[in-house]
Amino acid sequence: MGPRVVLAVFLAFLALGPAILPEFYVTLLNYIGLYGLVALGLVLLTGVGGLTSFGQAAFVGVGAYTTAYLTTTQDLPAALALFGSSPWLALAAGLLVTAAVAWLLGAVTLRLSGHYLPLGTIAWGISLYFLFGNLGFLGGYTGITGVPALSLFGFELADTHHFYYLIWAALLGAIWLTGNLLDSREGRAIRALKGGTIMAESMGVDTARSKMVVFVIAALYACVSGWLYAHLQRFVNPTPFGLQIGIEYLFMAVIGGAAHVWGAVVGASLVTLLKQWLQDWLPEVLGTTGNFEIIVFGLLMIFVLHRARDGLWPLLAKLVPEGAGERTAVPAAEPLSRRAPAPAGTVLLEAVDVVKEFGGLVANDRMSITVKAGEIMALIGPNGAGKSTMFNLVSGVTEPTSGEVRYCGERIDGLEARRIAQRGMGRTFQHVRLLPAMSVLENVAIGAHLRGRRGVAAAVLHAERAEEARLLAEAARQIERVGLAEHMFAQAGSLALGKQRIVEIARALAGDPNLLLLDEPAAGLRYLEKQALAELLRKLRGEGMGILLVEHDMDFVMGLADRVAVMEFGQKIAEGVPEEVQNDPGVIEAYLGGVD
Amino acid sequence: MDLQIALLLGQDGIVNGAVYALLALALVLVFAVTRVIFIPQGEFVAFGALTLASFQAGKTPGTLWLLIGMGVAVAAIDSFSAWQSRRPRRILQVVGWNLAYPLLVGAAIRYGAPQEWPLALQVLFAMAVVVPLGPMIYRLAYQPLAEASVLVLLIVSVAIHMALVGLGLLFFGAEGSRTTPFSDASFQLGDLMVNGQSLWVVAASAALIVVLYVFFERTLYGKALRATAINRTGARLMGISTTMAGKLSFLLAVGIGALSGILIAPITTVYYDTGFLIGLKGFVGAIVGGMASYPVAAAGAVLVGLLESFSSFWASAFKEVIVFTMIIPVLVWRSLTTHHVEEDE
Repeated sequence: MGPRVVLAVFLAFLALGPAILPEFYVTLLNYIGLYGLVALGLVLLTGVGGLTSFGQAAFVGVGAYTTAYLTTTQDLPAALALFGSSPWLALAAGLLVTAAVAWLLGAVTLRLSGHYLPLGTIAWGISLYFLFGNLGFLGGYTGITGVPALSLFGFELADTHHFYYLIWAALLGAIWLTGNLLDSREGRAIRALKGGTIMAESMGVDTARSKMVVFVIAALYACVSGWLYAHLQRFVNPTPFGLQIGIEYLFMAVIGGAAHVWGAVVGASLVTLLKQWLQDWLPEVLGTTGNFEIIVFGLLMIFVLHRARDGLWPLLAKLVPEGAGERTAVPAAEPLSRRAPAPAGTVLLEAVDVVKEFGGLVANDRMSITVKAGEIMALIGPNGAGKSTMFNLVSGVTEPTSGEVRYCGERIDGLEARRIAQRGMGRTFQHVRLLPAMSVLENVAIGAHLRGRRGVAAAVLHAERAEEARLLAEAARQIERVGLAEHMFAQAGSLALGKQRIVEIARALAGDPNLLLLDEPAAGLRYLEKQALAELLRKLRGEGMGILLVEHDMDFVMGLADRVAVMEFGQKIAEGVPEEVQNDPGVIEAYLGGVD
Repeated sequence: MDLQIALLLGQDGIVNGAVYALLALALVLVFAVTRVIFIPQGEFVAFGALTLASFQAGKTPGTLWLLIGMGVAVAAIDSFSAWQSRRPRRILQVVGWNLAYPLLVGAAIRYGAPQEWPLALQVLFAMAVVVPLGPMIYRLAYQPLAEASVLVLLIVSVAIHMALVGLGLLFFGAEGSRTTPFSDASFQLGDLMVNGQSLWVVAASAALIVVLYVFFERTLYGKALRATAINRTGARLMGISTTMAGKLSFLLAVGIGALSGILIAPITTVYYDTGFLIGLKGFVGAIVGGMASYPVAAAGAVLVGLLESFSSFWASAFKEVIVFTMIIPVLVWRSLTTHHVEEDE
């Protein structure tokens, strides 16, 4: 039985559900669908984007209260009356309000470290709960009654059974859209967030924007869930939108498996059923009433994080043999347009008197280097000489304290890494920063991020397939170019470290750079692999690429580089062709120690 | 609003702010040393207050059972690993602290009629029951995940918060309690009536802050915690056990939490879930300090206390909304002053 069969059986069960199940279970499935929709947003946010929110229940509340208020209030001001005339227009209003709130919350927290967003959402969740309970026009703690039933093409969905289909259509639709999004250029940018913001930014991803996209989408899913809830229940009060419910939503996503869309459905089902059962059973055992199920949920959650941090979905998925779905071929597509190559000999990179201080420590002291098109420039020096700092200054990871960095004559110091990448500088990392669970092809395609332009809307509908094919074809071409064609569909994490470094080069090449910054590319390579790498770099040089190389392997550097700069204690102590540098007394002393 | 009301509100704000400041300091400490955002801090405020209230009502506090239960779990796990690594003396130590100690405290409470004890002894025993829960929770929930991301640790914190709120309801019921004040005295200070308990809160908070300062500046353990906060790997290379540092910071944080609860229990009714909001207000202070600066966090917390008391006068229904919205401008300011993208661990 392959995955498709399992999915078909599941869908058939869902379709027949209301006909064969007792009323009670249909109601439960309704709630599972509503909660699953919120949990799906958290999968996108937490499992994929590496962010989290405890305030999703508040977004559910925004959806529910917006429609309840608009559709039940008489004499609305003219501007709002239109939105109140139909629940469907009220949904649109709810989505607008939600997007605005999510954008605002995101704008103030997403640029900060990862824990500010969850803390911000806790504050937001509590504030909104008290706001719902204290605003007179929202009915205070008693809430709003008399919310109208939904109707679809003139057919009133007043019955649980009818509503069931609407809820599950919404959830399955959202799963489909989410799956589409993740399998796209924008989706790769979102998945790249987990590889660290520095890597993603260096590949041209605007990480603040990608984070905002997932946060807003997660909030919109929650809003839709709230809208459905209001019209299913036909009344709203603040209770289901408090912080504690917000935390339960997160539990659903984590227990189900936050890294996979179906984890949301598994988690929502499990938590809903368990809650139902515990609420009957625990008070009986403990002899007193109260919501004691939260004790069990808390402990279960800790257990899951200790023992199965990816949640239950991966364990369930193992039961089904692997089948279709994994990519095994790259569609042929028209090549992407390339940037104009720089004529050989033009100065690409020029750093002048760059100083970088960390507190009192001077990591780079008046460093100057140049790299021309069609040459390999090597930066060498003992450990701690400041080579990596120099690399980070040039590529925009940090800003110099003083001095100038120019790329093709334009000042780039102080620019963000992604803007420097946009100008045609590609880089690799000393500590490999690939996404181990993604295929080599997808990892390399992240490097081509800036060469596509279709946005989120096109991605969720898969309306950007032509561009996507061109991006993947380009990634495939670069993988072949570096000689890793046989590993194209393998998980990047399954490759040996040396090969992972080569994947990083392919990823940098996918951005169509004129200047390539390589941080210790030969580390961990075997002799033949090093020769192949040297061959590749010579070929790139022949095509007019400028290459700045930080490397420890002297044989590799001296046989390859056109010019070498040597750093010690943050300063350049020598520069020249390899033979000059090798015979420089200062360099020999730096490497071998002087005789006092 | 006349001056008298303003003074009264100011007094209220400072008293609450002093407690929030203590909690904020504990949160910054735990975050710096372990990278754990210690959401359950507030539950220990409630546990401290309600354990004392149980003594005064002549009941055995449920927290005692939690202490014994967690002690058994820690003793089992740690003895097993000590047995595997053939360290018999370590077993003795583990069993002593996690099994014998809770049972001794339990026996004293069970057979000693704490209702009759002087207040100071009641407070001492309330602390003796609640404070060891800190290191035990660190051992059971956080230590296996010590190298996980801040996000995972945060989710664990929230899970513990949920479990402890549920346990609080089970142990103490839904009714709130108040305890006997430390002092019945009250003074007339110009137009202002100052009651003794308020002075106790402010004085105890100030004293505790001084004690913490001395601890961090003057003692080896305090310096070890600071070293761990600055650089975990470096501290480990210097022979500082990060596990010890984690347990110690949890011990301090829970101690501060429980003591805060004991201090405020005579002036506010404490319910099983009161602690959460109190703890979060400490958080707002800690966020003002960027989760890193102790003095700024403490100042922020006092500001939260003042804001809360004045907004409870002008717009009492929206008190919580106003207090929690206060972090928005702080975050905006932090966001604008952060130039480059920060790399998360």
